[in-house]
Amino acid sequence: MVAAERKEQPEQNEERIDPGARFAQMEGALSEKLYAQMRLIRRFEEQLLERFDRGLLVGTTHAYIGQEADAVGVINHLRAGDVVFSNHRCHGHYLVWGDKPEALAAELMGRSGGLVGGRGGSQHICDGGFYTNGIQGGIVPGALGLSLAKKVRGEDAVAVVFIGDGTLGQGVLYECLNMASLWGAPLLIVLEDNAWAQSTPSYREVAGSMLERARAFGLEAGEIESTDAEDIYDHFGGIIEDVRQSVRPRLEVIHTYRLCHHSRSDDQRPAEEVEARRADDPLPKQRQRVSGQRARAIEEAVEARLLKAFEAAEAQAQPSIEQLDDPLLRGMPGPHT
Amino acid sequence: MSQTVLESLNQALHRMMQADERVHLIGEDLLDPYGGAFKVSRGLSTAFEDRVWTTPISEAGFVGVAIGMAMGGLLPVVEIMFGDFVLLAADQLINHGAKYSWMYNEKVDVPLVVRLPMGGRRGYGPTHSQTLEKHFLGAPGLAIVATNPFVDSGRLLETATLYDRRPVLFVENKKMYARRQRLIDQGRCESMAARVSAGPYPTVSLSFGGFEMADVTLVAYGGMAELAVEAAERLLIEDERYCEVILPTSIQPLEMDAIAQSVARSGHLVVAEESPGAGGFGAEVISALPAAAWAALRAQPQRVSALNVPIANSPALEAATLPDVDDLLNAMRRVAPASSSRSATG
Ligand SMILES: Cc1ncc(C[n+]2csc(CCOP(=O)(O)OP(=O)(O)O)c2C)c(N)n1
Repeated sequence: MVAAERKEQPEQNEERIDPGARFAQMEGALSEKLYAQMRLIRRFEEQLLERFDRGLLVGTTHAYIGQEADAVGVINHLRAGDVVFSNHRCHGHYLVWGDKPEALAAELMGRSGGLVGGRGGSQHICDGGFYTNGIQGGIVPGALGLSLAKKVRGEDAVAVVFIGDGTLGQGVLYECLNMASLWGAPLLIVLEDNAWAQSTPSYREVAGSMLERARAFGLEAGEIESTDAEDIYDHFGGIIEDVRQSVRPRLEVIHTYRLCHHSRSDDQRPAEEVEARRADDPLPKQRQRVSGQRARAIEEAVEARLLKAFEAAEAQAQPSIEQLDDPLLRGMPGPHT
Repeated sequence: MSQTVLESLNQALHRMMQADERVHLIGEDLLDPYGGAFKVSRGLSTAFEDRVWTTPISEAGFVGVAIGMAMGGLLPVVEIMFGDFVLLAADQLINHGAKYSWMYNEKVDVPLVVRLPMGGRRGYGPTHSQTLEKHFLGAPGLAIVATNPFVDSGRLLETATLYDRRPVLFVENKKMYARRQRLIDQGRCESMAARVSAGPYPTVSLSFGGFEMADVTLVAYGGMAELAVEAAERLLIEDERYCEVILPTSIQPLEMDAIAQSVARSGHLVVAEESPGAGGFGAEVISALPAAAWAALRAQPQRVSALNVPIANSPALEAATLPDVDDLLNAMRRVAPASSSRSATG
């Protein structure tokens, strides 16, 4: 839809994405479907980082390597009308939500065919109810507001917001825990505790208990310590339904680990620590559940898809200066113009 | 008797909430019988119980919540108790709400209004008297609208809430709430000739002499509007010289047409604002003057603004800090001394 048409519609009218329905329709057993999604995320990120190394991309990017089980475990339970607000580490969440590596690759390469026309890049994407922003903690109020808007409009939708352990330092989060509880918001805060925030280990940034912080405001809170995709998937099925039915907010911590650097080349973690955690890599864990033959077929399909996605993105034109116009200067849409 | 600005705003909120169930009101202490610190929200929670959200003291949080609500298809109006507190929500406004439409390639709108009671002259002291919207000037994606008694404040708020798809900072002035609206009728406002520009957020031009007689153009907005008119009247009575007062309501983007046309006639420009001038509205107006208006200028434009110190509680100090009618008059006399006066042919 072109911008001008969009403006005439008073309601937001984006394409509605239904990750749950797509997941249900995917071929194969649960274990195969989860492996296929995780493999897509992993290889997407690896290829992305490799392209950075070759100087084909600008800026920075935060890979999700090691945390793939979280995205597939949570987002596959969501359905059309639900919304996700994600953070700087959003590619994995998005690939499960939107399943468009082509448009994501184009966005990261700053092309006009990207998810948001090259305007957002790695940390600022949007597609059919999926939004991300790179300001730590700042996305939580918006996610809360979206969840309340859905409730007010009579939809039985859930809003999920992903934050990291380091983001527990942001005050606006606690304003939102308070309001979410007071107002009965269908909001699920998924806290991916990967033990580090950039170069700062959690013991230097989080005092007390993560769960008790939420419970103090009257939220239900729970946790799972796992990098097993099927465990996480099982864990969240009930939780998301519970948030939907009870119309109450909840905080859920996933204790996990990031196997890659923070963004592109920054890693201050002790090498032994990272090495020890490789045993928990979710990907081989999931692969073991799939026959060798199916696994190879999945891997080939992923490679072929990504090859095409990145090649297509690279072949696209750079956006032109005409795409820079500012809606503010274009004036006010609506009956008065 | 005409309505007060406060009545106009309050009735507009009632009308809008009646007409459109997407309108929700969000802010601190909004419930009746209190009805908000300045009573603009009075009666609304009684009439529309489910759509008035009285909040904890969480400005960043609830402005952000309103952003999410706007993205989710509602039309939220946020009341910040004192405009000063909007700084707590600056991240939400600048890095979130104002950006989303553009950065998501216009896939979403954020039709949000944040009402800001600004301004001093009521003895509230350094943190409750400021006029802070200039700190948001130049944030892409954020519209700033400031009302004044010469426009229908309620209609302006309606326009911002129901029809504008952008996030709008809606600047009110505390001192103005109790003032009666002085609306323009058939080209007149009391003893002044008046013009109103077309468009959703009008610029009002006022002149005691009719628009043929212009010795100086005085641009002001918000809480400075009535002071500007008073200064124009005194310039006429005391000096027998004519001032055109130009009152834009769209501060960002800045509406320059009426200003430029007046300057082309008068050759002299004074710009007034209630906040300290550095980096503010006056600087913007002057630098945005088109070439034709610059060519018409016969003297360096003058700025009238607050002293660059916080606003004291003491009435004497507060008065000394904020610009008043005498400051406006003096600036006009400086920029356009009697010897430079133009004839009535303008
Ligand atoms: C408000 C804000 N401050 C600082 C940053 C810079 N920054 C980006 S990611 C990051 C660490 C976040 O840690 P965490 O929340 O644990 O998430 P993780 O990166 O571990 O997934 C920081 C400090 C930011 N993006 N936003």
